[in-house]
Amino acid sequence: MHTLLVASRKGLFVVQGRGTQWQIKSHHFAGDPVTQVLADPRDGAWYAALRMGHFGVKMRKSTDQGAHWAEVASPAFPAKPASGPLAADPTPWSVDMVWSLTPADPQRPGSLWAGCMPAGLFHSDDGGQHWTLNRPLWEEPRRLEWMGGGNDHPGMHSVLVDPRDPRHVRVAISCGGVWATRDGGQTWALSAHGMRADYLPAESVDDENTQDPHRMVQCAAHPDVLWVQHHCGIYRSVDGAAHWDALAAPLPSGFGFAVACDPVDPQRAWFVPAQADIQRYPVDGRMVVNRTTDGGATFQTCSEGLPQRDAYHLVYRHALELAPDRQTLAMASTTGGLWISPDGAQHWHCVSRDLPPVAAIGWVP
Amino acid sequence: MVTVEFASSLRRHVDCPAQQVAPGSLRDVLRAALQAAPALSHYVLDDQGCVRKHVAVFVNRGLVHDRQRQAQQVHDGDQVLVAQALTGG
Repeated sequence: MHTLLVASRKGLFVVQGRGTQWQIKSHHFAGDPVTQVLADPRDGAWYAALRMGHFGVKMRKSTDQGAHWAEVASPAFPAKPASGPLAADPTPWSVDMVWSLTPADPQRPGSLWAGCMPAGLFHSDDGGQHWTLNRPLWEEPRRLEWMGGGNDHPGMHSVLVDPRDPRHVRVAISCGGVWATRDGGQTWALSAHGMRADYLPAESVDDENTQDPHRMVQCAAHPDVLWVQHHCGIYRSVDGAAHWDALAAPLPSGFGFAVACDPVDPQRAWFVPAQADIQRYPVDGRMVVNRTTDGGATFQTCSEGLPQRDAYHLVYRHALELAPDRQTLAMASTTGGLWISPDGAQHWHCVSRDLPPVAAIGWVP
Repeated sequence: MVTVEFASSLRRHVDCPAQQVAPGSLRDVLRAALQAAPALSHYVLDDQGCVRKHVAVFVNRGLVHDRQRQAQQVHDGDQVLVAQALTGG
């Protein structure tokens, strides 16, 4: 039996099942937008990040598998300085959305990283009771060159902790490139060499600081292997994000938002293609998933069980996830669709076409 | 005294009955009222202490536009209402 958390515009759904038998078991925070979820493998806690349009970001936590929820602290910026180099920062110093949540240290339950919009990185040592802004990255002068890229402000959508060393963290920002720290966040360096923003003027195409990775994931067993679905295509790194190699765009498209990869096999990953940045829906109205088993040299286009006509489903960057069994794959769409494959995308089963727009999904370990 | 009320849309998250506080700037009045329910503060105010974009504050039925400084003087007998500003889909 698998349990999937589905973060939607109208609350959090808990979905359970296996194979082709799935059910929505419960609905939480009904009516409230949920932007991110985390089922923490260290202590079993569940976290949900809400984005209340009127009342701001709120965090909820459950320690009993969703039976009860309590409010915990939300990441919040400190007071913006009235003088100095950041006084004129045009970015509002107010968290608008929690976009990524991840355990910070496997040996310290309750330690968390939260990537937000605007693109601040926050840390908690106590299961979300308190959050602290990572100032070295926030106060990095080059941050002021980051762009919103479709949103009003840059956002940090991916935070990856190296399983070998919790001080080694890589973050990806739209549009602020990829940054890495090896000392727990005290110092940061750009790590997007090789990415190209083809839509920028020639002199800026290779600028690491303004790249638009849509989503970044790592192979847990081989953490030097990372994948990025970028605004301009697909990238893969085999040297821990020091360099990125552009992969030839698979058919039907190399554009998209989501990527999922196998935690054990560094050659295996999945993408959900959309037509183009100006046409963010499946190519020719046919919904497919691209799978590679050879590190991106070739792709198989999987469509069995997916709508193949007049389908306008878009899968957002956090809405494609591989279950711990490494075969069950789930994806959910902005149109309220939820599909689950028992066999690594070869076949798909539609769980629902009636959900609210889905922002993120997460498997319970 | 000034009466500060929070609309039910806020109170469903954190309950706070109507508060009687001393007159002063709107900033001081709101903060005095929120002392009764500190958890409600970040529903009303953003990280920088400004009234959130989609929260409306009325003083005697007049909508307050100064979200940042909240400098408007609130006098003895005035009524302050804090509510959500917009609905959405």
